[in-house]
Amino acid sequence: MAIKVEPTVGPGKVELTVETRFPSPFEVKTPPGAEGWQDLYPYYSVFSEDRRSEEEAAFWFQDGVHWREVLYPFDSIFMEFALKCLSQYNTRFYIIPPAMGVDYRILNGYTYLSPVGIADQAVIGSRVPHFLERAGYYFQNWDALYAKWLVKMKQVIADVDAISFSPLPEMEETGRVTEGRGLSSSFDLMSQYDKLIELGLKGWQYHFEFLNLGYAAYLDYFGFCKQAFPDMRDQTIAKMVSGIEVDLFRPDDELKRLANAAVRLGVAEELRSGTAAEALARLAKAKNGPAWIAELEKSKTPWFNFSGGTGFYHHDPVWAEHLDVPFTFLRSYITKVEAGEDLSRPLDAIRAERDRLAAEYAALLPTEEDRTTFQGKLGLARTVFPYIENHNFYVEHWHHAVFWRKMRELGKVFVSAGFTGDVDDIFYLRRDEIPVALFDMSSAWAVGTSPRGPKYWPREIARRKGIVDALRKWSPPPALGVPPTVVTEPFTIMLWGITSESINTWLGGAAGAALKGFAASPGVVEGPARVITSAAELDQVRDGEILVCPITAPSWGPIFSRIKAAVTDVGGMMSHAAIVCREYGLPAVVGTGFATRQIKTGQMLRVDGNNGSVTVL
Amino acid sequence: MARDVSGGPYILWFRDCGTSCLERVGGKNAGLGEMTRAGLRVPPGFAITTDAYRDFLGEAGLGPEIEKVLVRLDGRDLAAVEQASHDIRRMVSGAPVPALVADAVAEAYALLCSESGVPDLPVAVRSSATAEDLPGASFAGQQDTFLWVRSAEAVLTHTVRCWSSLFTARAISYRDEMDLRSGTLLISVGVQKMSNARTAGVMFTLNPANGDRSTIAVDASWGLGESVASGAVTPDNFLVDKVTLEIVRRTASPKLIEHVPDPATGRVEVSLVPAERRDRLCLSDEEVVQLAELGKRIERYHGGPQDIEWAIDRDLAFPDNVVLLQSRPETVWSRRSRAPIGGAAGIESVLATLLAPLKGSAPHDT
Repeated sequence: MAIKVEPTVGPGKVELTVETRFPSPFEVKTPPGAEGWQDLYPYYSVFSEDRRSEEEAAFWFQDGVHWREVLYPFDSIFMEFALKCLSQYNTRFYIIPPAMGVDYRILNGYTYLSPVGIADQAVIGSRVPHFLERAGYYFQNWDALYAKWLVKMKQVIADVDAISFSPLPEMEETGRVTEGRGLSSSFDLMSQYDKLIELGLKGWQYHFEFLNLGYAAYLDYFGFCKQAFPDMRDQTIAKMVSGIEVDLFRPDDELKRLANAAVRLGVAEELRSGTAAEALARLAKAKNGPAWIAELEKSKTPWFNFSGGTGFYHHDPVWAEHLDVPFTFLRSYITKVEAGEDLSRPLDAIRAERDRLAAEYAALLPTEEDRTTFQGKLGLARTVFPYIENHNFYVEHWHHAVFWRKMRELGKVFVSAGFTGDVDDIFYLRRDEIPVALFDMSSAWAVGTSPRGPKYWPREIARRKGIVDALRKWSPPPALGVPPTVVTEPFTIMLWGITSESINTWLGGAAGAALKGFAASPGVVEGPARVITSAAELDQVRDGEILVCPITAPSWGPIFSRIKAAVTDVGGMMSHAAIVCREYGLPAVVGTGFATRQIKTGQMLRVDGNNGSVTVL
Repeated sequence: MARDVSGGPYILWFRDCGTSCLERVGGKNAGLGEMTRAGLRVPPGFAITTDAYRDFLGEAGLGPEIEKVLVRLDGRDLAAVEQASHDIRRMVSGAPVPALVADAVAEAYALLCSESGVPDLPVAVRSSATAEDLPGASFAGQQDTFLWVRSAEAVLTHTVRCWSSLFTARAISYRDEMDLRSGTLLISVGVQKMSNARTAGVMFTLNPANGDRSTIAVDASWGLGESVASGAVTPDNFLVDKVTLEIVRRTASPKLIEHVPDPATGRVEVSLVPAERRDRLCLSDEEVVQLAELGKRIERYHGGPQDIEWAIDRDLAFPDNVVLLQSRPETVWSRRSRAPIGGAAGIESVLATLLAPLKGSAPHDT
């Protein structure tokens, strides 16, 4: 990072001007051992001489909110789909006047984004009527369209669930002959893969159908609150729209239900120790054990299609397949139920408080017109908020969980055909390489000879694993290129919480300044740090520690009953971490940029959720 | 009740006064009465009514004497005003207090001592003028306050001083300028249990910096409130959200001096704050929140933003230690007409936000 400090002489005074920029993407070196990493990703997703001038002119930030880790070749799929779909709604559907899409690049395996704004006022103006008509339609018909959305989205998930992959048979079933189908199992195998990718994309089309508009409406309400009451806190603004039944919190609610059931049915002891599998084996033999297992099964579909991570990586542990994750939380809930604690989220109380806040702030506004405006904006924010919270469960959790499950099914086909040694090895193939490999498999199956795959892919995968390992050791800079003087692009601010201020923090952060972030949830506490970089490490968290992590996923909910505070690298006012911490009443500072890199487990911290600072004591 | 504790016409206990007694007890005492009646924690005390002052003037025949001095006075002639002030104040302090008044004050003070369980209870003796503290006529600081007064005799002496403070040169010329007639002006005196203030200060039930009605601003410094009121120290500042009662901002300042009573001399001394306390916040979070809660209640009770004096009494336990000393309507922002926030709800406004996401809403609104 180049930070140039040069004294300049102004009229009558001497000032220090700090000139700062992030490295150009073309200055960034390939880590040793990662040579050739570019081939692991689509040709259009990497920086290249072909588009150098425009790529160097842009400002790129690393999206650690969603893709903190190195992307596996296959896993770039949802990054590309997400950015493509986010962009199309701005650019082609709703004609957002000042914003096109958000461009993406992969550098050394890490994701960098660059929002594309529109500077030409004439162009902006010409987009306005289209925006008013199109976005206006969505706002006016939000509830009806959202009801429709739920049906569409559930259908996509059902369609993904209906896909199946199985190894090619020695001989086609008689049925294929007698029914006169004229299509082979290998044709089905290939077309099922194509279908799966298509459904993956479809889910993401739907993901962004409402999101940008929803965030815009929320930001509009947010801005009004800040203008009327400059010192009103972000979390208070959010509180006034909270308290609605949220599907995103449902998995956690299900664990609470199961904890209550375990105590009621007298099977808490069976659940208390060992792995989830061991506990289930004990339960199967215990009195009332099967009754509890039946309750568990009820919760599992769909609520255990819940990722312990962001859902963007194939290895993010999904509860349904990694019962040990929810069982850890379940056990802490059981202990609480046994101690007589009421686990239910007091929705009525939250709602009453929400309404009290809204009424009191409204009463403090200067005029009756302002009260009407406030109620209007608050009403719209409350209309859009359920979607903002819930889409995440349907797409990133449920849809992805089923999608990854199907991919692993295909991974087994690859293993059985000798193309790979391990089910998860398939994720070292790019998504466009899989149809080619499947054709190799199918063709050799048809001809009756050996495919090249079993010789080619294990060697290639071993090479790629070496590259990914080398990339993993590299630490990506938070941004690339020259930052804009002022961040005005609305989606940079709304979706990533990036402002001129946070960019300056990144620039300063590398120079060793104290950690600052968004004050996401109030309160001041001190305690030992626990640095966690993936969901798999969550079991290391001890009671009373301060969780320091790249980002908290909603599925980490139960961990919040153990920790004193949370600190994250990334996130803004609407990040999941901010929302969840407020729900759980924990001090939190989000969007610090560097917490997981600067803080070591065991260090004593002071987290000030009131002013957004984190101090190592 | 075994005995008459009403104090006759001369004494009105805070618990018995309110705005309806304004004429008899003055603005300050009426405010304390209102707070007491609203169930807020106000140190106990009583008002020596304007009747006492009127009878004092009457019995000594001072009214016409004072009028005589003032009637020929040119308010712009500062030397003459000084001379008039000197003459009148000498007349006032030299005149005998009617026995009925003196007895009533002594009796009320004795009762306050026995109620508090402290003999020679230290009290604050303050003037409470009837034209003072009214919205639109801020006489703040025009009359005197005497702290740490500790006997019936001393209370009476300081009461007379308060009466005479009606005729400081500053007060005379101020009234002359405002065209208020001094001769008919009446004054009441408040006698209130002294809080043994560890910390004290003022609180506005709005943000005085920008008029934001959703916040409560608290200025606080060590010791008695005089250092904050006089501006002798830069106080710690707290900003509290009025609706959620969360502390939005804390600003610690170097508080160099404090006013503390010296039990040996019975006087209030100014001393240097020891280094270890100087830069430390002088209020705990729970005290700040407690104050804000009280402020919110007073504002609601009076139906408008308030300017409140308070103290943290070191002899009491939280939350009883958070006591209110005075409340009056905030006059600066309350008198201004409030500009509407403006803007509109709906798609036009969402568009405006997209065009200027950091400026809040409605730059398009005309």
